[in-house]
Amino acid sequence: MQPPTGPALASAPESPPGAAPGSPLLRWQWREVQAPCLVAGWILVASLAKIVFQLSRKVTSVVPESCLLILLGLGLGGIVLAIAKRAEYQLEPSMFFLFLLPPIVLDSGYFMPSRLFFDNLGAILTYAVIGTLWNSFATGAALWGLKQAGLMDTGVDAGLMDFLLFGSLISAVDPVAVLAVFEEVHINETLFIIVFGESLLNDAVTVVLYKVFNSFVEMGPAHVQATDYLKGVASFFVVSLGGAAVGLLFAFLLALITRFTKRVRIIEPLFVFLLAYMAYLAAEMVSLSSILAVTFCGICCKKYVEANISRKSRTTVKYTMKTLASSSETVIFMFLGISAVDTSKWAWDTALVLGTLLFILLFRAVGVVLQTWVLNRFRLTPLDRIDQVVMSYGGLRGAVAFALVILLDGDKGLTIKPLVKWLKVKRSDHHKPTLNEELHEHAFDHILAAVEDVVGHHGYRYWRDRWEQFDKRYLSQLLMRKSAYRLKDEIWDVYCKLNIRDAISFVDQGGHVLSASRLTLPSMPSRTSMSESSVTNLLRESGSGACLDLQVIDTVRSRRDKEDAVMHHVLCGSLYKPRRRYKASYSRHFISPSTQERQDKEIFQQNMKRRLETFKSTKHNVCSAKSKARLKKDGRKKQKKSAANAELPNGKPPRSVTWQQTAAAVLVAVDSDDEESDSSETEKEEDEGIVFIARATDAILQGKKASGSLDVCPSPRIIPPSPTSAERELPWKGDRGDLAVYISSETTKIVPVDMQAAWKQSISSLESVASPPGAEPGPHAKTVAGPALEERQMMPEPRTCFQFPNPLLRSSRPQSAGSPERTEQPELQPLMAPDEQGRMSTAAGPGNSRWLIQFNRPARFSDG
Amino acid sequence: MGCQSSHPSAIPELEEIMQETGFSQASVVRLYDRFQALDKQQKGYLSKYDLQGIGELAVNPLGERIINAFFKEGEELTNFRSFIRVLAHFRPVEEGKSKETGRPEPMNSRLRKLQFAFQLYDQDSDGKISRDEMLQVLRLMVGIQVTEEQLACIAERTIQEADQDGDGAISFEEFATSVEKLNIEQRMSLRLLK
Repeated sequence: MQPPTGPALASAPESPPGAAPGSPLLRWQWREVQAPCLVAGWILVASLAKIVFQLSRKVTSVVPESCLLILLGLGLGGIVLAIAKRAEYQLEPSMFFLFLLPPIVLDSGYFMPSRLFFDNLGAILTYAVIGTLWNSFATGAALWGLKQAGLMDTGVDAGLMDFLLFGSLISAVDPVAVLAVFEEVHINETLFIIVFGESLLNDAVTVVLYKVFNSFVEMGPAHVQATDYLKGVASFFVVSLGGAAVGLLFAFLLALITRFTKRVRIIEPLFVFLLAYMAYLAAEMVSLSSILAVTFCGICCKKYVEANISRKSRTTVKYTMKTLASSSETVIFMFLGISAVDTSKWAWDTALVLGTLLFILLFRAVGVVLQTWVLNRFRLTPLDRIDQVVMSYGGLRGAVAFALVILLDGDKGLTIKPLVKWLKVKRSDHHKPTLNEELHEHAFDHILAAVEDVVGHHGYRYWRDRWEQFDKRYLSQLLMRKSAYRLKDEIWDVYCKLNIRDAISFVDQGGHVLSASRLTLPSMPSRTSMSESSVTNLLRESGSGACLDLQVIDTVRSRRDKEDAVMHHVLCGSLYKPRRRYKASYSRHFISPSTQERQDKEIFQQNMKRRLETFKSTKHNVCSAKSKARLKKDGRKKQKKSAANAELPNGKPPRSVTWQQTAAAVLVAVDSDDEESDSSETEKEEDEGIVFIARATDAILQGKKASGSLDVCPSPRIIPPSPTSAERELPWKGDRGDLAVYISSETTKIVPVDMQAAWKQSISSLESVASPPGAEPGPHAKTVAGPALEERQMMPEPRTCFQFPNPLLRSSRPQSAGSPERTEQPELQPLMAPDEQGRMSTAAGPGNSRWLIQFNRPARFSDG
Repeated sequence: MGCQSSHPSAIPELEEIMQETGFSQASVVRLYDRFQALDKQQKGYLSKYDLQGIGELAVNPLGERIINAFFKEGEELTNFRSFIRVLAHFRPVEEGKSKETGRPEPMNSRLRKLQFAFQLYDQDSDGKISRDEMLQVLRLMVGIQVTEEQLACIAERTIQEADQDGDGAISFEEFATSVEKLNIEQRMSLRLLK
């Protein structure tokens, strides 16, 4: 950082207007911008660092990003320390709590998979409350014991209460660290939600414990009375429930406000952030749990807010939230590192630090094992041993605790990743070699889920039903716009959806030969037509490449294997996921459309349709075989057609080509819910829900051409750093959770060219269809005809009209008065509204345009 | 869900049910409550319509099939006895205990669980999963993005993979072999059905 210099340092020829004579023309005002400039600078540095980290995937795959950031901070802090001779930039607790933490918590609350959260609420609460209590007491007491045993440096001067205070600070699992690390290592969703939920909810416990012990320390242990303990317990409930209540209140307000923002769409997102922040501050003000407040505000308002605000606002909210959270996380970790070099704030005591680490780990493990043992007696899905190990180890103390005590303890994340890997927590490590197993496994899960529902396993279901009724009857009506609410009406919704689906399937089955299907393109990017055009593109491409290359036939692996691989891809990507396997779709860095909802809707519609059909067939004896036959016929027709297509290029056996082609025709909405560690260089357009899977086929084609053939038919769109071939072709070898993303993100690279081409092509064809050929030069005519027309209208008294603006111009640019530029003025100043111009021009028609131009010329010259 | 739990004596054939299914009395009572809660008109039996009223089943791809599994061939109604008999398939397998029961085949054995699953595939109950039946199940379980041809291919391949005698269909034995490696006991058990 440059030292602030005095004023009047430099001057420049362009003096600001109105500057007093004698005073410096340009002032160096570092002091005034210092604070915001530093903030911006740090964020910039951190963000740049993130880019750099992501550049080398090897590093980030070994070391979590948060650790890298801490290390970077250490380095920067060292530099600053060396230059300034004192530690300059600190992670101040007030800054942390007032500015950096709220975005992260809001983000996690807003994007919390709420169903999963409430499903596991019992476990989460247990761990959050009892676990935290146990941890803090045990750690504090053990440290005190250590001190009593004389193992600690005498410099540490503290009594039992101090150690308990310390224990309460250090024992809370910290949401920032948990999210940062768990997000990078993919663990199963139950585990994730439990640790994550715990980290959010134990805030209340920590805050209360801290306060209680703090007051005890201040009072001195001798004066603590029994009522004080009771007060402590009571204040726990007050703080936690109060915090939640504040959150609910603000969520209610927020939902209510967004109901009336129809006219001010542009500031809709602002309300979300402002009110959430207000919730945080309000809770903080009355010393309730602010983290809980924001979390609950986020969870509860989401439904109503999303229904109320416009789609664009929704996107804005999502992105802004992610941006804020991500950047504050980055800053936090970097500042952790920077602050660590400052020795004035903390003293290193080996025994204390080691003892703390040891005890934290130990008691966490003990606590987790005990609680899990109790919980497993009630839980449907028991937590197994590996989960427990991860949980106990995943209890990361990091930024929050650090900000409280300014003690560095956050590097533990470094070790969790190898550990998780080693323990194979990833469920993707299961072998799934056969289609049968894959399929049946899914079937079993669905069956089990269904039976669970029949048995009615949810203990809280009664309440949830009650809540949903209440919500539907009162809350939604109060908080949602009429239009949004009407949309929520299920039957209508389903009807609409069914309509759309029927339309799509109609196009799917028969309409794709007709150019009519292209007509739907501009209004709605119809999935089918797009796939259609890109399929042809793809075929053409692969055909030409394959023709040149004879090695196509020599496959390294048998085609059967390949087909298997493709089938696995398709299956993996599109099998409905049973309830239990929904991935926790929370990720701080990626925005995910909710797959679950989509899937639920799909299945629901299908089921309803089927029910309707059986109902119909029993009633009217209409056999559904008819429709089935039609379907089959269509299918056959298609197959024939595609086979015919496929035989053109290289005479490959039709069957495999058919398969490829159909694989190519698959369209999926991007499921970016899986955080991918391996796609650092792929840029995803998360907003575009539809992506075309060409990768699967591409991989096949690529595989078929043996390695050398790449030179023969270079395909520049294949991205070099891609998963190993085994991973690419055998989904169970790669991370299964990543699969969908891996496909889609790779394809985004491939698709756009095809898509754009297809798009343009269809647009142009559409234009030619939509407008008669005579109207072709429309836009051209518009530009020229506009001013011309206007001039023609002004003809009666052109002088006044053209002269009118000139005095103004002259005042600003006096030297241009007599120049030919003057003649151009009328054109630069449209005197008519643009749409009027357009209408006029179209009314004038293409035939007139030439005449108009000619007419225009003389007028201009006459003016000049 | 029932607000007050029924007294055990109110349940018909309690002893026989416990004997047959291996459920504890508490479980039977619980399930009976559930049964009555589902039976909205208190008719003493359930129709398909009652089961279709369960919201979650509507979003379960196999929901309809599960519902049908509760009803015997050609019947429209199920009483508590057969209701609980179906659910008995999902009772967890106790380690060590399965041997000591007198009957050779308790309802929650691996075999019975598999049979239950198999009959969900085998809609015409001819003891074989034909290509068409496989296709139907796939159609249920796979998202709409997958085209019919792909489904057909997958079905074909799935059959081929499991088909050992080459009759183009999966018999129960072949089905059992194909899922040999899966932990059926755990996957097809509900913990709360003790």
